[in-house]
Amino acid sequence: MTPPTTDRPTGPAVHRPQAGGKRTGRGTSAVTLLALAALLVVSVTAGLAIGSVHVPPGQVWGIVTHALGADWSEADWSEARETIVLDVRAPRVLLGAVTGAGLAVVGTALQALVRNPLAEPYLLGVSSGASLGAVAVIVFGVGVFGPVSLSAAAFAGALGALLLVYATARTGGRITSMRLVLSGVAIAAVLTAVLDLLLLTTDRGNETRAVLAWTLGGLGGVNWGTLWLPGLATLLGVGVLMVQARNLNLLLAGEEAATTMGLDVARFRARMFVLLSLITGVLVAAAGPIGFVGLMLPHIVRLFVGGDHRRVLPTAALGGAVFLVWADVAARTVAAPMEIPVGVLTALCGGPFFLWLMRRDARRGTDRGVA
Amino acid sequence: MKATNGMKATNGMPATDLALDSVTLTAGARHLVKDVTLTARPGETIGLVGPNGSGKSSLLRAVYRVLRPDTGQVLVDGTNAWSLPVRQLARTVAAVVQEPGADVDLTVREVVAMGRTPHKRLLDGDTPEDAELIESALRSADATHLAARPFDRLSGGERQRVLIARALAQQPSLLVLDEPTNHLDIRHRLAILGTLRRLPATVLVALHDLNLAAYYCDRLYVLHDGEITASGPPAEVLTAPLLARVYGVTAEVAIHPRTGAPQVTFVPGEPLPDRDGGPGVSPHRV
Repeated sequence: MTPPTTDRPTGPAVHRPQAGGKRTGRGTSAVTLLALAALLVVSVTAGLAIGSVHVPPGQVWGIVTHALGADWSEADWSEARETIVLDVRAPRVLLGAVTGAGLAVVGTALQALVRNPLAEPYLLGVSSGASLGAVAVIVFGVGVFGPVSLSAAAFAGALGALLLVYATARTGGRITSMRLVLSGVAIAAVLTAVLDLLLLTTDRGNETRAVLAWTLGGLGGVNWGTLWLPGLATLLGVGVLMVQARNLNLLLAGEEAATTMGLDVARFRARMFVLLSLITGVLVAAAGPIGFVGLMLPHIVRLFVGGDHRRVLPTAALGGAVFLVWADVAARTVAAPMEIPVGVLTALCGGPFFLWLMRRDARRGTDRGVA
Repeated sequence: MKATNGMKATNGMPATDLALDSVTLTAGARHLVKDVTLTARPGETIGLVGPNGSGKSSLLRAVYRVLRPDTGQVLVDGTNAWSLPVRQLARTVAAVVQEPGADVDLTVREVVAMGRTPHKRLLDGDTPEDAELIESALRSADATHLAARPFDRLSGGERQRVLIARALAQQPSLLVLDEPTNHLDIRHRLAILGTLRRLPATVLVALHDLNLAAYYCDRLYVLHDGEITASGPPAEVLTAPLLARVYGVTAEVAIHPRTGAPQVTFVPGEPLPDRDGGPGVSPHRV
């Protein structure tokens, strides 16, 4: 498939103003980001409006701006509606946005760090580790610090699981897709079994049900008092990863090549693993293990903006936020008055996506993580 | 000795003095490289030749800081390369390694732009100067026309040229290359080696093709079972007895009248079997 253009003679090639192409890329990515930000605003509005009680979007904005102190509209809504929008729906919608954004950037970075397109916190058992940590705190009742200790335990569990999967999957300095996914599945299975064992042997009827529901991944049960922690984790995560975007790019070239371009790969990976476990742990503690967001979003985003992490990360963050807000709207409404755990819905989309990704890589014959 | 070419942007870079001092590398109990001493003076092009498994790649890994020597030192301008931060070394030493990259959605220009990383702080954007260096590197590797193409759709030879461009964009004063002409057609072999030879930087290159090594390198080191068995100008190193000892092949070496470089012709040990079963060259196949 070598095109005839390669037969151009060697020597001083004609200098073409190539910077133009680059600027176009940057311009389109700025447009993409703006469009996604606007879409996020629309999505959040929809998330606040849609539900068992329908609140018109105009009224949603009235309530929100009123609460923010702007009094440019007549308060023509009932107090019940204000409660629904501000205290019931708003924390939940924001948690959805924050969790979607966080999981998407974690997936993006993880795929670069283990150099494998199938990497994702849920598939690699990282979310299971986080769940086990969190549940252990609930069951053994050491949760004296509330959400913070829950998150801390989830972080520890996530980091443990990630290191275990990484160590198991890595042979001779390489990670093959098959070993990675199999290690993830096996370790996730063991961790989930331990978690189930913990729940079944604990004599706490109602609490067990609540925890079981939580392990399916759901955004309910959040309130303004607990939202700050996942919000902070995602903000920190996106910020640090953006700063490290160049280094994440280097890993795409391979570990040796990254070293020759100035990256201390082992140290960088260790630091990133801690950061990613921290974000995953906090998000799992808040919303349960929600799968496939971290798998789907990075790949979809790369189709549009290419593979440079300086563009992928912010785009994936916004895209993940939009995606999970809508997934939660669907979770609340498709089987109303029953509520479907949002993790079930993301798995419904994500499973087929995973299969498509696997087949695409096989077709391309370029799954060079396998080499 | 080094001609100048159109490499404006890289002309300013200084050349580095490289010295390997009794370097020994092991993998487990096995010696990969044993007590190797090698020098490259600023601006020299040094060829590393030897059979498969003789330790060429391992030795290069020690220079670009991936494989730590068990004993001995890698001295870059007199400083132990392993005592420098990775990033600082990467501003002096660039490498073209034999390693498949991940399957990435990057354009060729983005791949070459990676080479600028050691010169950038974390939040620095790409400056017009970076863009100029990237274009210049692409030109030197004859890859300008590939710039906008997706890297993972290129042929093996095109990729190799892009990786060389990436190393050039790093503005190294020492360039280390592991079999850079693999996958390249003959025209691009000559072009790339010519480019390397004209670089002001010091170049250490592992090569399989002895005739190319003889023509393009100032001096050669021959690795055999992890040890240096001969070194010096190509005409002194590439002799029939050495090739017999190191590669186990019969060869004739003559100075080529036009290039002035030693030219190795291999003579197969046994004559090819005649299709009719007899020895010698079959007349109807000539």
